Amino acid sequence: MIKLKVNGAQRQFDGDPEMPLLWYLRDEINLKGTKFGCGMSLCGACTVHLNGQPIRSCSTPVSAAANKSVTTIEGISPDGSHPVQVAWQDLDVPQCGYCQAGQIMSACALLAKNPKPTDADIDSAMNGNLCRCGTYLRVRAAIHKASELTASNNTPKAASSAKGDRK
Amino acid sequence: MTKTNLTRRSFLRASALAGGGFMLGLYPKAVEILAQRQQVPLTPTDFVSIAANGTVSIVSRNPETGQHSLNMLAMLVADELDVDWKNVKIIRPDADTKYGPQFTGGSTATPTNWEPMRQMGAASRHMLIAAAAQTWGVAASECSTTPGRVLHTASKRSATYGELAAKAVAMPVPDVKTLKLKDPKDYKIIGTTTHDVENKDIVTGKPLFGIDVTVPGMLYAVFHKTPVPGGKVVSANLDAIKAMKGVKAAFVVEGRPRPSSFPNFLNDDPGLESGVAIVATSWWGAKSAREKLEVKWDEGKWATANSVDIAKKADELSKQPAGRTLRKDGDVEAAFKRSDVKVVESAYVFPFISHAPLEPMNCTAHFKDGKLEIWSTSQTPQIGKTIVSRVMGMPEKDITVHMIRGGGGFGRRLYNEYMCEAAVISKTVGAPVKLLWTREDDMQHDYYRSGGFQYLKAAVDSAGKVVGWHNHFVGYGEGQTFTHAGEVNGNEFPSRFIPNFQLDASVMPLGIKTGALRAPRSNVYAWVYQSFLDELAHAAGKDPVQFRLELLAAGPPAGTQGVMNAQRMIDVVKLVAEKSGWGKQKFPQGRALGIGFHFSHLGYFAEVADVTVTTVADKKKIKVNKVWVAGDIGSQVINLGASENLTQGAIVDGMSEMLQEITLKNGRVVQENYHQHPLVKMSQTPPIEVHWIKSNNSPTGLGEPALPPILPAIANAVFTATGERIRTMPMTKQGFSFA
Repeated sequence: MIKLKVNGAQRQFDGDPEMPLLWYLRDEINLKGTKFGCGMSLCGACTVHLNGQPIRSCSTPVSAAANKSVTTIEGISPDGSHPVQVAWQDLDVPQCGYCQAGQIMSACALLAKNPKPTDADIDSAMNGNLCRCGTYLRVRAAIHKASELTASNNTPKAASSAKGDRK
Repeated sequence: MTKTNLTRRSFLRASALAGGGFMLGLYPKAVEILAQRQQVPLTPTDFVSIAANGTVSIVSRNPETGQHSLNMLAMLVADELDVDWKNVKIIRPDADTKYGPQFTGGSTATPTNWEPMRQMGAASRHMLIAAAAQTWGVAASECSTTPGRVLHTASKRSATYGELAAKAVAMPVPDVKTLKLKDPKDYKIIGTTTHDVENKDIVTGKPLFGIDVTVPGMLYAVFHKTPVPGGKVVSANLDAIKAMKGVKAAFVVEGRPRPSSFPNFLNDDPGLESGVAIVATSWWGAKSAREKLEVKWDEGKWATANSVDIAKKADELSKQPAGRTLRKDGDVEAAFKRSDVKVVESAYVFPFISHAPLEPMNCTAHFKDGKLEIWSTSQTPQIGKTIVSRVMGMPEKDITVHMIRGGGGFGRRLYNEYMCEAAVISKTVGAPVKLLWTREDDMQHDYYRSGGFQYLKAAVDSAGKVVGWHNHFVGYGEGQTFTHAGEVNGNEFPSRFIPNFQLDASVMPLGIKTGALRAPRSNVYAWVYQSFLDELAHAAGKDPVQFRLELLAAGPPAGTQGVMNAQRMIDVVKLVAEKSGWGKQKFPQGRALGIGFHFSHLGYFAEVADVTVTTVADKKKIKVNKVWVAGDIGSQVINLGASENLTQGAIVDGMSEMLQEITLKNGRVVQENYHQHPLVKMSQTPPIEVHWIKSNNSPTGLGEPALPPILPAIANAVFTATGERIRTMPMTKQGFSFA
């Protein structure tokens, strides 16, 4: 029996402990926001936070999340009000949108430890997140914008939620 | 639904909406003229409805795979209707021929919908005005509208669209031929940026994509297909697989033979390759069971195909008389023999590449009591329905296809075999099934961008004029037939811009399927032709921009049947040269600008790349410092922000294609995942400046035409910077990669 926390809620799983966390999230507890792209940690579409750190859930067995806390795209705000989500919508980042949950999760993790990243910081943190449509320029711009939104405290809960689910 | 005011002249029809609203429908027949599909029944279909509370619902009929078609189609209706964008609700319909064409491909959404969708909005507005005028006893000509409201300024009366909707239904439907459309200067929505209607669902992780579809009682499937096209399952350890935990079924799916050696896979897809389906209570369970699967294959006649032999064969063919001549103007041989010309000869080689959209192919199907329900991300859902009907032996009327947002298309989702697979598997197990391919399945069972070889020879005279051009294209096919989306075309530039021109072609057999990848053919021929033109410019000692402008100026007059408008291309070339500061800067060693232009999908694009090449231990790293794009897609760029996004994405996509290849060994595709078929990353993405020329032409599409010029723009810049010409793709074969 594996115990873990997902988006703040306590969960138990007694299935295959080797099942990747991605499939546990998607098909066992029906959180479809985290996406499957490659299955080999090559594309970043499956990025979630494990104790606040970005990980590739397609290559992380659910057993690795035992007694830890997982945050998914569904968990960063109840209503799309996280500054990263706000910036993404303001700048119309998505084209097909499939990679964007992973991009957003990587962006949140970056901003939590580096609230004012440079272009180089962003590139380095985001290079593992592929976008087949090529929205990188807007992803980068949206991260800067989210950083500004957080700094100017436009959204009062920004400061805390940008830190993700760190313990 | 009540029928009113149906006239033969009009393709619009109004009807009442439950609750006192208004609906305006479109007769698909009228727009079918622009579509590929025929035999559309003459049934009215509701596209616009106005509820009593003023909410306007607009059907966006096209599949969405990231081009923002959902928004674009509704913007056309909403602007002419004169309604606030915030009061528009976009409706995604099922796939049904009653909506006319529902086709996301060929950059057709804009040209196909520009007229009828605006007419739909204008007709609705016309009828709302008529209703108000009748109510107030005034002339319709004295009324006007502001968003969502009809005004009679003289008497200071006004009424909302919601209030007028019930009455508007009974007004005569205007004849679209006499319908007055807006003066473009009055557009309030067209030409602006609208936020994509599904953005919030995307950024909050709502179930939106094909892979997210859930149906009660659904099982999960994987399908292990023959690794060699046309192969067959001889035997498999099905009993062992069936005994595994969570597995509900494991069975052989018989393949269906292709209708011909080189079918047009869009319409003639055989639907199924032979393989083993495994159905389980979870997808992970099905995939884990597949790892224990042992299959004995009859690999068939393509089992020995490999890329090395193909390249050898192409080289042999290039030295033999061509299979056929597709175009012959003047006398190229005589031009090459002239004493006052320089003759340049080069061979360009390009590989198969894969679409690799980030969402792997998947489909959910539910066969029950003789009816089939499908949830599909297809770019061609109506064609998919037809093919499924053929494979399943059931009439189309018993098949419902729900259109679901696709995680990228790029042409891959034009093809529909995954729909057939899911349907067969669901019927076999008697339950709803979600079939999901792995990335490896997706990369190894694609309809690949066709590879090929172009053997070029051209002559420039002492004035720098191209006087002869000969191309021997070696591709794939049989006899007179090219493989799907792998043909060359004698009408394409630079034919008719050069007096002595000859295009020959030879083909060789091929087992794997080929298909349309974003800007099919253009995505690589632009690199071939624009690189070779660059070679000629350098041979002539001319500036590459000036050389191109002179070549374009010597072309046939505008309006020549089947030929691009040279003036429109001249205009974008001049604009991109101006914006990039072409010829104005002195660069240090290793840095240069390069240019390319291309006409495809009715769009005119010229692009300049600024690159720096550094060599460290034989690795030649290209840093693309900046890219400038100049495009002409007609008089309007409908959704400004989305268009810029799409254009920048096309540049990134084109750069990725310079790194990719699919090769064959023992009949199988070698590459399995993104590490072997890479995508450009954020750190490699240059700033991309996009400039539009709004020409006096009807608006055309943008999904594709911005992509092709970037490959030659970069390759030509690399030549100027290093003296090395990239004649082989992927460019990694010549030691180049992106920094």
